[in-house]
Amino acid sequence: MSNQTNESSSGKSSLLGWFDERYPVSSTWNKHVGEYYAPKNFNFWYFFGSLALIVLVNQIVTGIWLTMSYQPSNAEAFNSVEYIMRDVEWGWLLRYLHSTGASAFFIVVYLHMMRALLYGSYKKPRELVWVIGMLLFLVLMGEAFMGYLLPWGQMSFWGAQVIISLFGAIPVIGPDLALWIRGDFVISEVTLNRFFALHVIALPLVLVILVFMHLVALHHVGSNNPDGIEIKKLKDNKGIPLDGIRFHPYYSVKDAMGAVFFFILFALVLFYAPEGGGYFIEAPNFEPANPLKTPDHIVPVWYFTPFYAILRAIPDKFLGVVAMGAAVVILFALPWLDRCKVKSIRYRGNSYKVLLTILVISFFVLGFLGTQPSTPLYTKLAQIFTALYFMFFLVLPFTSANEKTKPVPERVT
Amino acid sequence: MSTEDQMSTGVNLTRRKVLTGATGVVGAIGAGFMMVPFIGSWLPSERAKAAGAPVNADISQLQPGQMLTISWRGKPVWVVRRTPEMLKILAENVTELRDPNSEESIQPEYSKNTFRSVNKEFLVVVGICTHLGCAPLYRPAVGSPDMQEGWQGGFFCPCHGSRFDLAGRVAKSVPAPINLEIPPYHFLSNNIVRVGEDPVEGGVA
Repeated sequence: MSNQTNESSSGKSSLLGWFDERYPVSSTWNKHVGEYYAPKNFNFWYFFGSLALIVLVNQIVTGIWLTMSYQPSNAEAFNSVEYIMRDVEWGWLLRYLHSTGASAFFIVVYLHMMRALLYGSYKKPRELVWVIGMLLFLVLMGEAFMGYLLPWGQMSFWGAQVIISLFGAIPVIGPDLALWIRGDFVISEVTLNRFFALHVIALPLVLVILVFMHLVALHHVGSNNPDGIEIKKLKDNKGIPLDGIRFHPYYSVKDAMGAVFFFILFALVLFYAPEGGGYFIEAPNFEPANPLKTPDHIVPVWYFTPFYAILRAIPDKFLGVVAMGAAVVILFALPWLDRCKVKSIRYRGNSYKVLLTILVISFFVLGFLGTQPSTPLYTKLAQIFTALYFMFFLVLPFTSANEKTKPVPERVT
Repeated sequence: MSTEDQMSTGVNLTRRKVLTGATGVVGAIGAGFMMVPFIGSWLPSERAKAAGAPVNADISQLQPGQMLTISWRGKPVWVVRRTPEMLKILAENVTELRDPNSEESIQPEYSKNTFRSVNKEFLVVVGICTHLGCAPLYRPAVGSPDMQEGWQGGFFCPCHGSRFDLAGRVAKSVPAPINLEIPPYHFLSNNIVRVGEDPVEGGVA
């Protein structure tokens, strides 16, 4: 009894001490929360990481509840979603939490990525934080795509038909690959069943593991900040960064405030516009899947439209697919394409500001064009903005190498 | 005992490495073979393959200019009864086509001709855009109001704007790479078309 090691129970209850000897409770808490020192100058843009985590939890919990009433079969998939909406107690809420949550996930994640672009959070030493984050984005896209097939409406069916056909554009192996993914000659119950399995267990598992790795990588190198300077350079005599504050309670409370505002906005959409004006759940999806008739105007959900517009802009099947894939994959290379030593946009030169503005405008314009029917004018516009989108990545290595930057302060401002 | 181990005097490290390496290689090969059932399980099942049986369609009620959609292997197959005016346009308008002679496209040998059909009055075609698999819209009239200027009648894919004429031939500078696919088919009688089966020797084809 009196033999307790003195390091384990640092004045805390002996129960915690008992656990600490057998499991690193305190040390893990301290490393990642209690004594994780984050820069003290976080602003609005730093809410979205924690919000993404909150939305992920929402998706997992509501998703588990939805599987309790959903049936992934040709005959019952559409009907069981309607059953959830009409007959299951609180089913409408669970379903809308899940479907609205999917759109919220992408809003939050896009803003989270925008933060990295603004403050150079992908730069050395945080390249792997960015790469793991990009993997998360990729898996999230797959998760969202497969989830969208499950209601088995017209847009579910034809959206999946188009996206799986993309693989058919790959030379030589393409057609067999598309057949392998579908498991049938057309999208069918076979496809629905396997997408269900991937959507409810395989990809969520990968997502959670990647989120864990994302956080481990982040906490190893430390958080960036709006000034883009390393707070670990200047420490006090206890080895604590001068510009750092503990994550808990300072940022846990700040993030809780962000979550409250998020919940208000989320609830407004959830209760007053759960279909997001046809952008979160598209109108043709209230019609059961019909393999013989494509809806007149087929578009993916809003979060895929920028990439979809790029696909449509190229008048060649294979090159269109390549361009669309490249638009996502090229983001992985960002830490190496950007050669400027200064991280934050606050101290970077005009060339980066101009390029980033063009990128953001292109992304929005492409996102809009992707929701519209293809007309000659829109196709032309899509081609122009596709070129501008890629210009960012192709020009950046040259402009960033000798960018005229402002002096970066020693301490955060 | 433990001191001896640490000294590693009597330990043959090379043998240890070889054995570990060999075990690793054999294990990796085993894991590779173990992937076969998991990957193979995604291929179309016997049931899916068996569903490809031929289907018959009665075309006796089909009026000139009308289209009939039938389901074969879960895919839409269209039967269009073309008017003489339509055939005239098809024979004349070949300059705006990517593959007018169907060299790159998929069709049975007996449909590899200008009208891409056995009987030029009837077009039998898989109604799936060769771009990304949408079902194109049927717009047979010349100058259909919702089509672009100079429309000569044909199929328009709403997904990505690919255009096909009434022989399923793809236009130039659209995303679809090849003409619409013609399935194997033949006429059992003047009124019945059988889709999914090549004509039998000496048949009506």
